[in-house]
Amino acid sequence: MNFLNLFKVAFRAIGSNKFRSFLSMLGIIIGVAAVIIMTAIGQGSKESVRANIAQMGTNVLTVRPGADMRGGVRQDPSAMQTLKPEDYEAIVANKKYITYVSPEVTSGGQAIYGANNTNTSMYGESIEYFNIKQWPIVSGSAFTEEDVRKSAKVCVVGKTIVNELFPDGQDPVGKTIRFKSIPFRIIGVLKSKGYNNWGMDQDNVLIAPYTTVMKRLLAQTYYSSIVCSAIREELTDQAIDELTTTLRQNHKIKEGAEDDFTIRSQQEMMETMTSTMDTITIILVVAAAFSLLVAGIGIMNIMLVSVTERTKEIGLRMAVGARGIDISYQFLIESTLISITGGMLGVLVGWGGSTVCGLLGLPTSIPMWSILLSFAVCTLIGIAFGYVPAKKAANMDPIEAIRYE
Amino acid sequence: MSSNTPQQPAAQQQSTARVKSDKVVIELKDVRRNFIVGEETVHALRGINFKIFEGEFVTIMGTSGSGKSTLLNQLGCLDTPTSGEYYLDGTPVRKMSKSQRAKLRNRKIGFVFQSYNLLPKTTAVENVELPLMYNSKFTAAKRREAAIEALKAVGLGDRLEHKSNQMSGGQMQRVAIARALVNNPAVILADEATGNLDTHTSFEMLVLFQRLYEKGHTIIFVTHNPEIAQYSSRNIMLRDGKIREDTPNPNILSAADALAALPAPQDD
Repeated sequence: MNFLNLFKVAFRAIGSNKFRSFLSMLGIIIGVAAVIIMTAIGQGSKESVRANIAQMGTNVLTVRPGADMRGGVRQDPSAMQTLKPEDYEAIVANKKYITYVSPEVTSGGQAIYGANNTNTSMYGESIEYFNIKQWPIVSGSAFTEEDVRKSAKVCVVGKTIVNELFPDGQDPVGKTIRFKSIPFRIIGVLKSKGYNNWGMDQDNVLIAPYTTVMKRLLAQTYYSSIVCSAIREELTDQAIDELTTTLRQNHKIKEGAEDDFTIRSQQEMMETMTSTMDTITIILVVAAAFSLLVAGIGIMNIMLVSVTERTKEIGLRMAVGARGIDISYQFLIESTLISITGGMLGVLVGWGGSTVCGLLGLPTSIPMWSILLSFAVCTLIGIAFGYVPAKKAANMDPIEAIRYE
Repeated sequence: MSSNTPQQPAAQQQSTARVKSDKVVIELKDVRRNFIVGEETVHALRGINFKIFEGEFVTIMGTSGSGKSTLLNQLGCLDTPTSGEYYLDGTPVRKMSKSQRAKLRNRKIGFVFQSYNLLPKTTAVENVELPLMYNSKFTAAKRREAAIEALKAVGLGDRLEHKSNQMSGGQMQRVAIARALVNNPAVILADEATGNLDTHTSFEMLVLFQRLYEKGHTIIFVTHNPEIAQYSSRNIMLRDGKIREDTPNPNILSAADALAALPAPQDD
């Protein structure tokens, strides 16, 4: 029997048992839809992480104290006091692949204006920080070199702070707020950045000159980190080398000894993040794939029932000249059609589901490979789980089959 | 073997125009078939010898257990002999593989079953086309053409697109006969083809079989109804796996006359 006829026969068989065929398809539909939605969410989150990190600037480098061993005990990096003003000066003096440098110190605490208060963090930075982060001021202005030198009690604020402390909509620029009891005059408002991927509100910040934070708030002489930007994203590696050389020299680290600082680039962070997202996606897809396996078993079950039910038909077909292989093709094509049709509907449902997830705020993006993979898997399921029933049908004895009641 | 050859029927009502052919369609040489049931060996056929010539209408009769069904399975190439040889249209069947026999059945044999065995929810034409589906020489157009021709031959030219579940028993059996004819087989094998039908419809079927016989088709009709033997040209009686009698019927009754003599059916 040629394939066109086999398809016709299979279509008819499915058509004459519409509801049953649909039920066995349902497993495939749900399985495929689940795989597609899961990969869409995985891919979507990955893309949004990439976009967010790119937005933060892919050429940003952060130097942190770390990897310091004292008597074989690794120290808590935040407790280390190895990043000093000398380091900052050396970096600025030697910069070749680096454009902007900013020491960073942070302090968490309460900010108060009038009857309103909010819990926030204050970042002490240099004026170059706004260039590194490519973070524009929307009203007012940034602090100046002069402010840094004088440790002026001025700050720029994020959108969230404005909303929390000035709920009635008055202009925050020029107002004086208190952070940890110290008055700061607001001189500028930062452009809103929204939440980052870790769920952190990037607008819940106060940024003041680093000298102010160090002297007036923390009374410390070391930095918690130094933030730099490479000339271009591609020159990140050279910039890292440059920083490493400068800092090792400054810290008098011997050849072969471990660095007492770590340099993190956004690029590296992006890789870490995307590989984490990949792992999550794989876990989700594997879970969804199990439902496809179950669906395949469902198809096998229905096909076995169908074979038994059509014993007489099989006997007749054999009597009029169907070979075993003709019969097995007939059932294989039927099971494959069920699973592929299920797969197609599943892709549609998955696409719809992803769209709904997208509307609900989850970042989604359906990768092409997940659709192709679903089809391949469905075809495979149809053949694999149709094989046993088809074999059973092909091995029937026509004499017994035709008299089967 | 020649003693088994039927004589040309002398004074029959219908078949006077028929010319005896000497082409052997079926030849059985000492065909035996044993089944092993548990520890015992059941001898279903114990050495069957006969030849059937082209254009004969043979009834094979016997009670249940006589080996009738086993013989039918042999003739239909659904089974192979334990020993002996069966030649269908000159081809030895015993050593053939399953798929070779499937092809042989497809080309040489037309089956008519007691319970019609039509595909459900399928039109008459499509049912009749079925054997040709397994013959790659037939295109879709040729298949349909042949099926329509066969349906016309059994008097269902006006019911081509009726589905099997919209037909009466007699109509379904006619479709089945058309299906048996469509591949222009060497032999039509009917297994109790009137067993499920009432007397009136049974005679209609016999009329149809006699008409096919007149056209020169070779027919083997397996039945336990001795009445049917009167309408065939030769009768083989089986008992305990052996041929008990093999007699030509010199006086073939006309099924059409018998049908006319029947009281008209109440409904239909």
